[in-house]
Amino acid sequence: MTARTEKRSSRVDEGIGESAPRPDGIAKLKGEFEYAQDQWVEGMLWGATTRSPHPHARVLSIDVAPALAIGGVHAVLTADDVPGRASFGLEHSDQPVLAGERVNFWGEPVAVVAAEDDATARRAAAAVVVEYERLEPLTDPEDADSQGEVFRRVRIRRGDQSASGSVVIEGFYEVGMQDQAPLGTEAGLAVPDGHGGVDLYATSQFVHADHEQVVASLGLRPDQVRAHPAGIGGAFGAREDVNLHIHLCLLALHTGQPVKMVYHRSESFTGHVHRHPARMWYRHEADEEGNLVRVRAKISIDGGAYASTTAAVLANACYFAVGPYNCESVSVDGVGTRTNNPPCGAMRGFGAVQACFAHEAQMDRLADVLGMDPLELRRKNALESGDPMPTTGQVIETPLPTVEVIDSLAAMPIPEESERAGLPGGSGLTTEEHHVVRGIGYAMGIKNLGFSEGFDDFAQARVLLTPGGAIVETAAIEVGQGLVTVLAQIARSAMGVSRAEVRHVDTSRIDSAGSTSASRQTQMSGGATLQASSRLRARILEHFAGDDLNDDGVWRDGELVVPMSRVTDEKWEETVTFRHPPTSPPDDDGQGVVHADFALAAHRAVVDVDPELGLVTVVRVDTAQDVGKALNPQSVIGQIEGGIMQGVGLAVMEELILEDGVIRNPNFTDYLLPTILDAPDVEALLIEQEGSWGPFGAKGVGEPPTISSTAAVVAAIRDATGRALTRVPVRPQDIAL
Amino acid sequence: MMVSFTLNGSPATGRVERPVSLLDFLRDELEVTGSKSACEQGECGSCSVILDGVVVCSCLVMAADVEGSSVTTVEGLESEETLNAVQRAMHETGAVQCGFCTPGIVVAATDLFSHNPSPTTVEIKEALAGNICRCTGYGAIIRAFETLAEESA
Ligand code: FES
Ligand code: FES
Repeated sequence: MTARTEKRSSRVDEGIGESAPRPDGIAKLKGEFEYAQDQWVEGMLWGATTRSPHPHARVLSIDVAPALAIGGVHAVLTADDVPGRASFGLEHSDQPVLAGERVNFWGEPVAVVAAEDDATARRAAAAVVVEYERLEPLTDPEDADSQGEVFRRVRIRRGDQSASGSVVIEGFYEVGMQDQAPLGTEAGLAVPDGHGGVDLYATSQFVHADHEQVVASLGLRPDQVRAHPAGIGGAFGAREDVNLHIHLCLLALHTGQPVKMVYHRSESFTGHVHRHPARMWYRHEADEEGNLVRVRAKISIDGGAYASTTAAVLANACYFAVGPYNCESVSVDGVGTRTNNPPCGAMRGFGAVQACFAHEAQMDRLADVLGMDPLELRRKNALESGDPMPTTGQVIETPLPTVEVIDSLAAMPIPEESERAGLPGGSGLTTEEHHVVRGIGYAMGIKNLGFSEGFDDFAQARVLLTPGGAIVETAAIEVGQGLVTVLAQIARSAMGVSRAEVRHVDTSRIDSAGSTSASRQTQMSGGATLQASSRLRARILEHFAGDDLNDDGVWRDGELVVPMSRVTDEKWEETVTFRHPPTSPPDDDGQGVVHADFALAAHRAVVDVDPELGLVTVVRVDTAQDVGKALNPQSVIGQIEGGIMQGVGLAVMEELILEDGVIRNPNFTDYLLPTILDAPDVEALLIEQEGSWGPFGAKGVGEPPTISSTAAVVAAIRDATGRALTRVPVRPQDIAL
Repeated sequence: MMVSFTLNGSPATGRVERPVSLLDFLRDELEVTGSKSACEQGECGSCSVILDGVVVCSCLVMAADVEGSSVTTVEGLESEETLNAVQRAMHETGAVQCGFCTPGIVVAATDLFSHNPSPTTVEIKEALAGNICRCTGYGAIIRAFETLAEESA
């Protein structure tokens, strides 16, 4: 069959490189998008959690009778009711599903209840009587280190350990505990399947990891549990670990009824892991020209009560301890401590944020002593493609346009001092204009993309061609970053069809996509989608002996030979498991091909400070970022602006305040988050240098904006005030005292 | 007790058996879930609704107190098929990521533009100062409403 239709170009609308709008945007704008919080099924019960009021205590007894006596309560479960593995954890299962003998952090779950409504469930959770014997909490990471309470030690030795430079800078730096504070709290629904199994629909970044942990603790077969992606209000690392998942499944199977649970904000602050607080000692040595000769660092991060991902966060802090700079003599010693503080784990930037704050302060001080421009010093030492990583010695094989990033940022115009965004302190109007001092600061940071250290990192995706267009099936989680947009763009471009849609499927219907973390899904699930689409297109063309495929069907020599309706008479699907280039664990000196890819960004912050009152306005943050290839420029800019805002938050306001292991500000009144009035103007340059193994050369873009923006803002405040400012967040008293 | 009020232009009635916020009442009793709960204490604006012509945090209003009032949530801002100008502007500039803040921002911005069709950037920021967005860094939100303000100027 032939047709006279003019052959369309293979380029499709809303393919890669275009700012295609979000497919779920309209539903979200109309309030119709279903979040985990919004789920509702007939006959559903509500769950709630009894939590420890102590950071460290022995559990002497638990009396559930008063809770069970409340009308409408269906179940109260404790550690004794966990049929399978008593503990869970992403890397080590060391965290009790429900604490039985001992509680190790403030807010640790001790019992869970199911009742007919939310209020009754919470009342019952409060009615559980737990008798504790309080124990002294271990809250000082240094004490923990000396007592051997550690999750991991990292040791890196590279090059001549006796090298020395004539210019020496030493410093000590601290980073406070930041919270991801995703706007949606933890929520989920578990539905028993009537045959002893359960379907779980809960907030997550990694449903296959949830699945494995639920299966283990419930003592079920893998096929009896299905973890489904559910609508999620942000993540930023807070959704990588299990929190309410096992509890919900326990309650659902125990009661035989669907159970829903939604954390309140205060619970959310104890229910998920936080960014590790860090203490870092650094010594930089350089020659008179500013070449780094030796860098030494000691990095201590506090993992809190349970392992979570502390080992990997620590490793990252150590691997990126020097920043994107060449140095032939490096030693780094890292420790991740175990204390009775709240557990810490993944947050956007994953260890690189903490190290960046320290190494960038050091670089600025070095530039100052040498009388060099701070960007010139960075440019001189720039680590680029083909260079060995200063820490691991791994030769960087993917593009790393460090000099271009620096030069692009340097060329961006600096606003006039008269351009004020408003006075520091905002509507309080306590600051007078003539007191305001402007400051400008720079920073840059580097981080790995994807999982490292020999982890078998893969993502599966399935692409189908149907009469309605291409469908991408995946268990990769959309947390708001726009994965649903970009996977559809990739499928459109690679298949040549204008309609493509992403469908989330549960753990029984597809293999893992890995976690939505480590800036990895565009590269990993995007890579799987690209390969599956390309292979499917090639198979279809071969089958029909065509040379092009578009919405009309299969073409040969400029003529339509098989219309789409006939093409899709057959079932067309292709499943691909994508792996990035292999990595290996480090040797005893921390050396090896540990990472699969890298990305970097540089930031320039402009601040206005009232030095007497200690008030800061971040006027603007400009950035140049290594993105490989921007598959959706609007989404990339969205990641950059959002990431910068979180970096600004860590620089000037965000911190969980701990007192003897107890979080003093677990709410949005006392944990300050940037509002629209705190938002700096942002200008972003996307530096595209293709050659990475990501689809079309794309790199992950989510984390670099958060890594060096904090350091740049603090550098700018130092510039304005002359204060050393070795700790973030910078508080008014750090400036004004 | 029963509470009767006007919800998105239609009569609504629900049972209030205990002290409950308008937000929980809307979401759990009436199953109108567009308004979101993120802080339960008036800090984030994701629960914003228009109560008798004024934008309020529905987590801070008691359900029993809306008897006889008129409440508009995100679901009541436009007809089923179309987006209003605020929603369209946000869609086009990429002002939605996870979307959890979005219903509250749509409500607050729709109220702003209904009183002031071409607000300045400062007025836009002031109107949205009570709405926390953790994803976007606010850039795309500001651009959406600056563009809309220019269009209506
Ligand atoms: S939930 Fe009402 S203001 Fe946050
Ligand atoms: S889009 Fe996620 S909180 Fe605003």
